Amino acid sequence: MSVPKDLNIDRIANLARLALTPEEKIKFSAQLADVLTNIEKLKQVDVTGVEPTAHAFPVYNVWADDVATPGLSVEDALLNAPEKRDHMIVVPKVVE
Amino acid sequence: MSTAAMPAALFNQSIAELAALLEAKTITSVELMHAVIARTQAVEERVKAFNSYDTDDALAQAAASDARRAAGQARGPLDGIPIGIKDVIAVTGQPLTASSKMLANFVSPYDATVTQKLKKAGAVIWGRLNLDEFAMGSSTENSAFHTTRNPYKLDCVPGGSSGGSAAALAAGEAIATLGSDTGGSIRQPAALCNVVGLKPTYGLVSRYGLIAFASSLDQIGPFTRTVEDAAIALQAIAGHDERDSTSFKVEIPDYRAALKEKKGPWRLGIPKEYFGEGLDPEVAAAVEKAISYYEKLGCEIKNVSLPHTEYGVGVYYIIATAECSSNLSRYDGIRYGHRAADANDIVDLYFKSRAEGFGPEVKRRIILGTYVLSSGYYDAYYLRAQKVRTLIRQDFLNAYNEVDAIITPTTPTPAFKRGAKADPLAMYLCDVYTIGVNLAGLPGISVPCGFSSDGLPIGMQLIGQPFKEADLLAIANAYDSAHDWSKRTPNL
Repeated sequence: MSVPKDLNIDRIANLARLALTPEEKIKFSAQLADVLTNIEKLKQVDVTGVEPTAHAFPVYNVWADDVATPGLSVEDALLNAPEKRDHMIVVPKVVE
Repeated sequence: MSTAAMPAALFNQSIAELAALLEAKTITSVELMHAVIARTQAVEERVKAFNSYDTDDALAQAAASDARRAAGQARGPLDGIPIGIKDVIAVTGQPLTASSKMLANFVSPYDATVTQKLKKAGAVIWGRLNLDEFAMGSSTENSAFHTTRNPYKLDCVPGGSSGGSAAALAAGEAIATLGSDTGGSIRQPAALCNVVGLKPTYGLVSRYGLIAFASSLDQIGPFTRTVEDAAIALQAIAGHDERDSTSFKVEIPDYRAALKEKKGPWRLGIPKEYFGEGLDPEVAAAVEKAISYYEKLGCEIKNVSLPHTEYGVGVYYIIATAECSSNLSRYDGIRYGHRAADANDIVDLYFKSRAEGFGPEVKRRIILGTYVLSSGYYDAYYLRAQKVRTLIRQDFLNAYNEVDAIITPTTPTPAFKRGAKADPLAMYLCDVYTIGVNLAGLPGISVPCGFSSDGLPIGMQLIGQPFKEADLLAIANAYDSAHDWSKRTPNL
């Protein structure tokens, strides 16, 4: 199990907004190196001229009529908010 | 094992059998619900299939079903039948946890489309079933709450990620269940627990109200005791939904009627790539015996090749993790879900809430998905994987020029021991026979086809053509209705 030099776990964890412990960084780096080694196999496939598939069947944009339909009540929409006040979600201060 | 002479207990009967008893007023839905509750209370301590269940709510639904029936307004074969729901599918007023600490206290404010459709069909929505956290895993050991056991051998896993859905049904704790399948999460646990598991064509069943894992691969489907029951359940949940823009506008046939109308003989393809290295000899023998049964029915058995099979796991773990890293960015501790208590500022809140709320496998997949999408690696990994996905899909479509369906083992081995696959890559390789179906968007069904010498169930997978579930179910039923593997129940 060797860690590829270009797997910068700190950079990736930062992009993913995920705080990792030093132990997790070591463990995940090694495990992901294993998985990436397996994935390297894909480089053997000749994909010249092959179109990528994002969905198994073509997906088209769907337009809805611009008509208001009933949605969740404010109470229901905020049912699972970790902290709320006056029909709003409370978050840490974001402006100085 | 139950003996053939004794009538099966109510909790071990099929939807079709129970629907007939309900219709004849031999039993009531409330009696059936009491039987399922008593069974659950007797075995659940050992099986641990549920995250939660609400007996008062279920009995109230059953009483409502009985009232409808008494008034001559019964709604069809699912009316009054208790159906368990994987804990990633929304049910109004019930917990929706994805077996994650992130959503441990989440209560759903609305119904998934499939939940609404089951309610309209009169089904009793029963319990929240355990899974690998956010449906990421193949053993249900990644649940943040507890590990579900295989009812046939309690020290073995039930498979995953829909392990609770498979185990609950096998143990008689529900009459049918719903799961979701991104890389095999319905078919693999169905095979390991001696039940039928159907993953419909991508787009046949609405994903509205399903917690997203990998949106181009996820599909909801039923676990049932028989193929006929799978046809009944699919009938209720299939169909276009304007709330899921990837759901397709296709005609929904009468699936149950198709079982009788479509008689074959069929052309069935056997892909050599699915019978090679790594396949357990007992699994191979059971599947080959099932194939020879089809031959006896007059089906034409043809060798086919799916040459890009070996790349499936690699393609899957790039595409699925890329999509999950994007889908799971919504869990940031702000609007819902776990929020860290001691954050310094809002960005710190994201980092800490996600670190505390997600378990190790979810973190690994977010990291891998973020990596393959990151600048400088996108072309080498993600774009290349999407191109190989095209080739994998083309393999299947080429095979369908010659055959009506493809038969493979569902899994390389029967259920493995709990804790046996601590290495993530070893766990990922469990899905080697089921992943291609998701990448190609095809319908696949696992049907019980035998037991190992250790008494563990074995399943075969039948893979059909897009949106031709009626044919796939008819082919599967030709075998299933002539065998009684599903009548074998675990000693619990």
